[in-house]
Amino acid sequence: MTPPVLSVLVLLPAACAALLLLPVPDRAARVAFVAVTAAELALVIGMWAAYDSPGPGALAFEQQLSWLPQVGASYHVGLDGLSLPLVAMTTLVFLACAVFVLAEDDRPRLQAALFLALETTCLGVFAAADLVLFFLFFDLSIVGMYLSIHGWGHGERRRSALLFFLYTFLGSLALLLGFIGLYVASDPHTFDMVALAADPPLQGSGATGVLVLGAVLLGLAVKTPVVPFHTWLPPAHTDAPAIGSAVLAAVLLKLGTYGLVRIAMPMFPDALRSWAVALVVIGVVSALWGALAALAQTDLKRMVAYSSVNHMGYVVLAVGAAGLVGAGSDSGAAARATAVSGAVTQMVSHGLLTGALFLLAGVVWRRTRDYDLDAYGGLAGLAPRFSALLVVAALGSLGLPGLSGFVAELQIFAGGLATAPWAAIALLGILLMTATMLRAVQRLLTGDVGRLSVGFADVTPREWVSVGLLLAPAVWWGLAPRPLLDVLEPAASVVADLVAR
Amino acid sequence: MIGTDARRLAGWSGAGVLAVATAVSVLTVRWGGGGSIPFAAGGDLGLTTRGPASVLLPVVLGVATLVLVVATATRETSEPRFVLLMLGFTAAAALTVLASTLPALLLGWELMGAASYALIGYRWTDPHRVASGLTAFLTTRFADLGLYAATAAALAGRTDLSLDALTTLDGVPGQVAAAGVLVAALGKAAQLPFSFWLARAMDGPAPVSALLHSAAMVALGGYLLVRLSPLLAASGWADDAAAWIGATTAVVLGAVAVVQADLKLLLAASTSAQLGFVVMAAGVGATAAGTAHLVAHASVKALLFLAAGAWLQATGSKQLGDLVGAARRWPALGAVSVAALLALAGVPPLSLWATKDAVLAAAGHRSLALEAVGLVGAALAAAYAITALVVLLRPVQDDASSGDRVPPRVPLALAPLAVGALGLGALALPAVSSRLPGEVPAEPSPAGVALSTALVLAVGAVTAVLRWRGDVLPGRWTDPLRGWLGLERAAHVLVVRPTLRLADGVAAVDDRLLAPSVAVLGRSTLRLAGTVGKSERRLSAAVRDLGGAGLRGAGLVARAERLLAALVDGVGRGAGAGSETVRRSSGTGLLHHYYLQVAGALLLVVGVPLLVLLLTNPR
Repeated sequence: MTPPVLSVLVLLPAACAALLLLPVPDRAARVAFVAVTAAELALVIGMWAAYDSPGPGALAFEQQLSWLPQVGASYHVGLDGLSLPLVAMTTLVFLACAVFVLAEDDRPRLQAALFLALETTCLGVFAAADLVLFFLFFDLSIVGMYLSIHGWGHGERRRSALLFFLYTFLGSLALLLGFIGLYVASDPHTFDMVALAADPPLQGSGATGVLVLGAVLLGLAVKTPVVPFHTWLPPAHTDAPAIGSAVLAAVLLKLGTYGLVRIAMPMFPDALRSWAVALVVIGVVSALWGALAALAQTDLKRMVAYSSVNHMGYVVLAVGAAGLVGAGSDSGAAARATAVSGAVTQMVSHGLLTGALFLLAGVVWRRTRDYDLDAYGGLAGLAPRFSALLVVAALGSLGLPGLSGFVAELQIFAGGLATAPWAAIALLGILLMTATMLRAVQRLLTGDVGRLSVGFADVTPREWVSVGLLLAPAVWWGLAPRPLLDVLEPAASVVADLVAR
Repeated sequence: MIGTDARRLAGWSGAGVLAVATAVSVLTVRWGGGGSIPFAAGGDLGLTTRGPASVLLPVVLGVATLVLVVATATRETSEPRFVLLMLGFTAAAALTVLASTLPALLLGWELMGAASYALIGYRWTDPHRVASGLTAFLTTRFADLGLYAATAAALAGRTDLSLDALTTLDGVPGQVAAAGVLVAALGKAAQLPFSFWLARAMDGPAPVSALLHSAAMVALGGYLLVRLSPLLAASGWADDAAAWIGATTAVVLGAVAVVQADLKLLLAASTSAQLGFVVMAAGVGATAAGTAHLVAHASVKALLFLAAGAWLQATGSKQLGDLVGAARRWPALGAVSVAALLALAGVPPLSLWATKDAVLAAAGHRSLALEAVGLVGAALAAAYAITALVVLLRPVQDDASSGDRVPPRVPLALAPLAVGALGLGALALPAVSSRLPGEVPAEPSPAGVALSTALVLAVGAVTAVLRWRGDVLPGRWTDPLRGWLGLERAAHVLVVRPTLRLADGVAAVDDRLLAPSVAVLGRSTLRLAGTVGKSERRLSAAVRDLGGAGLRGAGLVARAERLLAALVDGVGRGAGAGSETVRRSSGTGLLHHYYLQVAGALLLVVGVPLLVLLLTNPR
């Protein structure tokens, strides 16, 4: 019996959140927020060091307790090479958020409690090895984010929060339908994800499997989001607080794409192959649509929000390509595994880089209460440290080599186009994102000093550290991706093999 | 603000670092080096000093050293930010030269592009210069996408992503790899139709132009094709395509250079044209001659851009009209520039004369028509180089104002480049070229050399006579050439503007169609909601309570709720039976009843498109 270290990791933030509901001083609450998120990160680093690839069909740090035995559900958690990097990224994002709000005065105790609870739900989704547990955390994360936007947002926060809630909640119901379909078809009935992946119950069931997977994909498509289910994203981001946006983009969107590699691919092998072409098309459309829409934005946060649609489009493209088993252009398991590895690398990388971009948008909001790109200019001279951080994050986001985004996109395009050459049109997304990001950077940083640039103070040490926490691994994994890929690639090739069954 | 001492220190330490790197590179190349570390997508980050890299690496670093020495002479270009960016630019160029695998190549190649963006737009307070940087970066990055496609092809062909393995690809992957590499290289080398970005790149400080045109970026576009010449040949078409595009660029951009009234723009167009010879060499497999031409051109062009920069600093102008007699007023700078311009013109026995003839000989071996077009390019080179030469040498009229002093370190640093411009023709001597890395498909014949030399000298002489008298070419038909054939405007009209319009359209569809459709959907299904029975109403109330308690006032709330309710109600009846079955089979009732009903409803909603998909896609 190994110590339940993963359960501690998942549940510690929620336990501390409960304590923060007691009337402790704001100052203590802020410190506790940082301390707990830092402890979480330290715990993950320790787990990463102790991690040993568990092999196909197995999990590391596994723990299973009896829970709802009548329905074949249990408290079952564990990690593998797909989830460990995402868990690490999640803890880093929450620590960065905790540092970012150290100086904020708006109900810090409640905000700390909310975000710690949210951290538990996010980690829970990645750690879950049972569909009921997965769904529970998945839905609770929606509630947490709703409260964050509703309570700490700005602009039309109530409306945006509700739109976010209803849209993603509706999506989660489709997901639940799919889960139930899996449950009903399994024999004996079970919600256990390891068992369902080992013996996919709907394998060979033809239309039924395709329909049930369709429900799962619909639910994940809303969460990811892909075009045309993405319209909740720009308002939610625009009106969310900085750290809400960071968590929403960095972690919550990943719950959708993580479901693709964790549930859709291993549990519906033949149905996913039927959906593969559609997924690649959806991915390509999302990537280009998101990039074009981003190019047209004049609002910093909306621009970054649409860039997420673009980046998540690449992930969906890669997952679809990985499902093209035995197609005319099939180049074997290596290319499909590379695509899956690229998809997960992109999830981690997007979390770091877009998280940083949203925190930097928060820096702007704190100073001027305005995201209008055209009202700025000349910040390179006024706020050089802010400018340096923004440039690094933007370059990473446009996939420049040397940063993690490139490692992700190289794998996605190398693996994806090797199996689906016609998806090469999505390469134009790289160019569109280059134009989008650099135009935005130029509007903010270069040229004459704009109306809102006057008196723009450079980033404070807290802001600097907060954003730097996210950018450091983006640079590190961009230059030396092996520490990340050594964990990720074995799991990716397992999934690529599973889908070929 | 940065003190003068700090600036001086930054400038000289940058040059010092590069000087050491140059020395190290010479030793490394001598011993032969290389290695690789695992990277991603099954490929390594691999470096090697073998092949043309053995010649190019010391050239890149050596030229960069001299450029940075000259850069210390002006205030702006000895700032730490500038020096760091130049070091990064040089490092990326060195990485590109050394790359032995696609990931390493992409790393160097794209970082080089990004560094050029930052350097061209170095004066960030000037929006026009920043826009020039973006034009350069976007144009070359568009071409770079070819390398991503080539990487996918290499993976599809089950290779280890090494550059050498690209030539072993056959079938579609081989074709895609050749096309991708060709496009990427043509973009960086500023060949047609991508040439226009080079004109915009002139907005960067002079040392940037000097490095970008001679030993980094543009030159490395040519280098990549020389390096991967066997890949072009293996494809069966890309070699001819490269040869003809190179030859065409040599002629067209040569003509553009002849009519420029701005010294830097003249030199820029001539870079495209000269790289045309390198690209042609790669196309016809004359890789030794291509390498020699690259090296000789690096010396010539770095020198000329640095001299142009010094004159711009001293006189405040880069217009040819303002530079009349400049070589007389600044004799040291003038002497080295005259040497470089004579080499650029192709006057024997200077460097480019010999290397260009080696390229033309190989071209003639492939196709006489190709050689003929190349000869026209050579004649135009004589015309534009002599044009600049005459302007610099003509006597100063009406006692022109004496410009600023040029620091002596500038001509001193240019002296080694002048030696190269004069003497690197030795690289084309058979005894030397056979030891250069690469192939020599055909040696120049005495007749061929005599013909091209006579042509160059004749055109040079006529140009000299005409220009000395001050004749200018008639304006009407030279206007398109002077404006670089409107290539940049064409790119704007055909690509940039439609893309921006499309982007606006996409954003409008999102804002006016997709987002409000949620509400429209809700309203249109209200009628359905009216016909539902008691149980459905209870269901909708449950959903409403869940989603909108306390928020009834907001219009969107109502609409969104109505949508949800109607959605549930509308399909609820149909789903009733199904969900009942589902509920029974779960056999527990532990999961909430309404969850199951909604889930059943959604099954029908997604079912129709799925069935369509199934029918059209049987497996």
